[in-house]
Amino acid sequence: MTKISGAEIIVKSLIEENVKHAFGYPGGAVIPLMDAIYAEKKLNFILTRHEQGAAHAADGYARATGEVGVCIATSGPGATNLVTGIATANMDSIPMVAITGQVKSVLIGNDAFQEADIVGITRPITKHNYLVKNISTLASTLKEAFHVARTGRPGPVLVDVPVDVQLAKDEFKYPKDVNMRGYKPTYVGHSKQIEKIAQAIENSKRPVLYIGGGVILSGASKELAKLARMTDIPVTMTMMGLGAFPGDDPLSLGMLGMHGTAYANHAIQESDLLIAVGARFDDRVTGRVDTFAPDAKVVHIDIDPSSVSKNVRVDLPVIGDARLVLKELLTFVKKPDIAEWHKKIKKWKNELPLKYKDDDVLRPQFIIETLERLTRDKNVIITTEVGQNQMWSAQYFCFREPRTWLSSGGLGTMGFGFPAAIGAQVGKPECLVIDIAGDGSIQMNIQEMATAVLNKLPVKIVILNNGYLGMVRQWQELFYDRRYAFTTLSDGGDSYCPDFVKLAESYGAAGIRVKRKDEVESAIKKAIGIDGPVMIDFIIQREENVFPMVPAGESISNMLHGLA
Amino acid sequence: MANFILSVLVENKFGVLARVSGLFSARGFNITSLAVGETEDPEISRMTIVVDADERILEQVKKQLHKLIDTIKVLDLTGKETVERELLLVKVNADKTSVREKIIKVADTTGAKIVDIGKKTITIEEAGDEHRIKALIELLKPYGIIEMARTGKVALSSDK
Ligand SMILES: Cc1ncc(C[n+]2csc(CCOP(=O)(O)OP(=O)(O)O)c2C)c(N)n1
Ligand SMILES: [Mg+2]
Repeated sequence: MTKISGAEIIVKSLIEENVKHAFGYPGGAVIPLMDAIYAEKKLNFILTRHEQGAAHAADGYARATGEVGVCIATSGPGATNLVTGIATANMDSIPMVAITGQVKSVLIGNDAFQEADIVGITRPITKHNYLVKNISTLASTLKEAFHVARTGRPGPVLVDVPVDVQLAKDEFKYPKDVNMRGYKPTYVGHSKQIEKIAQAIENSKRPVLYIGGGVILSGASKELAKLARMTDIPVTMTMMGLGAFPGDDPLSLGMLGMHGTAYANHAIQESDLLIAVGARFDDRVTGRVDTFAPDAKVVHIDIDPSSVSKNVRVDLPVIGDARLVLKELLTFVKKPDIAEWHKKIKKWKNELPLKYKDDDVLRPQFIIETLERLTRDKNVIITTEVGQNQMWSAQYFCFREPRTWLSSGGLGTMGFGFPAAIGAQVGKPECLVIDIAGDGSIQMNIQEMATAVLNKLPVKIVILNNGYLGMVRQWQELFYDRRYAFTTLSDGGDSYCPDFVKLAESYGAAGIRVKRKDEVESAIKKAIGIDGPVMIDFIIQREENVFPMVPAGESISNMLHGLA
Repeated sequence: MANFILSVLVENKFGVLARVSGLFSARGFNITSLAVGETEDPEISRMTIVVDADERILEQVKKQLHKLIDTIKVLDLTGKETVERELLLVKVNADKTSVREKIIKVADTTGAKIVDIGKKTITIEEAGDEHRIKALIELLKPYGIIEMARTGKVALSSDK
């Protein structure tokens, strides 16, 4: 057999893994790899303008398509620039493989030029990681990396490849299987336990399905919908779970938790049976944990045993793949008698809907509702930045399908939305991809405008421009006596810093500014009509707040409802 | 809080110790002692970890250890029939002849081994379970312990 270089082995391995797109940025320690990618027609490489952008783009690609996202960076600063992106993917269990160049093997540990111990740095923020010390293990390591990234509870895997390993030569033989004695995820749930869930459902009076991102990751939406319809059990979703169940279904309670709907939180607090599927009882969901769902028997279906009883004591755990477990549950389950429960929920829904002030002022909730209305007939994917923009999007956009809502949940990474939208657009060229952004967050990866323009990725950016780091300002308003310490981005006057319209134009994208409520619809229509990236700068009511809100550390029964 | 003994079989690979110790520090778990060494299979290492935890934390420790890709098996030896040993080296002050004789006597009666005799010190080795090690330390304390090294516990389940 002929020998090829390590760099070529990496590329051939990527092709074996069916990787069609990779995002990255070159540098000294990946020149051989970049050269090999350059020669490979089947692999489309997207040059971003920052390694963080590459990592989030790979992540967005993975979230939108369900496939493993791939990003590539050089050693040292290139690798460390990936860190936020890797940590973001790790917190949200997103399958990703990051390949980094490393200094020559003999120089490792010598504080060589552009050396960083990226394996050490990323150990706690990856599902697993590798330093490839010898070309003979390169292909098998990549095989393992993809396997680990996409199976079980997915997550990012980093493979660090010294430049001499990229240059060394070996035969290419891609292993067919992996055999890792320490890694064997459990997919099939315990039937006895699943039967017990069916029993618990049948006996329940006030059941709630509490759905997390795991349902989307395992592709369990259909089974979930069947279960909900068969049993008539209301469904609430975490922020990561949005889209797992249609938001406009009569059984949907919307999102729960800190900025969840009042009716979802009340339903949780009064439930007698809480069925958590692919959710992890995050503190933003549970609030004060010892007051969470006090009367509920807790069922937890999850693929990760370490998620069970981590924060909340679980009465009935089932370890397994959400889709397979729900599928089996469907064979046992019977409809409980919960008419009274539905009456109560209906009352909450009527009395405590999501609401905002309907006046002439340009408010963000109205923008999102309008955006939703105008894109309903399209295949739309929404990404978000972090802050109020993210919460208003979660509350007021209606998600009907999985993988149409891409947002940084666990880490809450400002700067995620735009590069993630780029990745999503690469993976889903037929979709209308929109990043709903804050004026603060968008500046954290604005440089990717060049990536969008040059790669003809017609991503739309909707900036909810309040001139503040709004979410932090909201906390300051409510809990720090309105002392807006370092959260003011602009004075609210007519001079903009930056002027997002001009900024977009300087990249060769379109920019639109909207200041009035009656311009919203036409601006959105215009943006959709433009075949290229567009940035709409909505100058919104500056001190609008996100309500309901559960103050940090309090019971989710104690919601602030604001003035509206 | 109490001490629990975990015996963890891991891949004998570069970085495994860092993964395990990193896990404990990142999640705020307390290690009382940790001993690592090769097993009968050179590709597998055994880590004997004594954890200071309550039942709930212990459960998380076991699950998190298991979650590491390089972990092959997590055995909880707490409350099981086990053989446990720890090695102690202790250097005691012995500058007077009268003291020397007393220390040698302590070693003789406890069955500990004298492994080094210096002009002013005596170093004693003891291998045994926790009880034995502690007892010897207590007996030697009055003479003045100058230095001490403990390996941490290693353990295997007993087949009695
Ligand atoms: C990288 C990063 N730094 C800091 C924060 C803390 N933080 C959370 S929300 C927020 C404000 C975001 O401001 P903006 O993007 O304008 O959104 P808004 O809340 O105004 O909609 C900040 C600073 C974060 N989440 N991520
Ligand atoms: Mg803002």
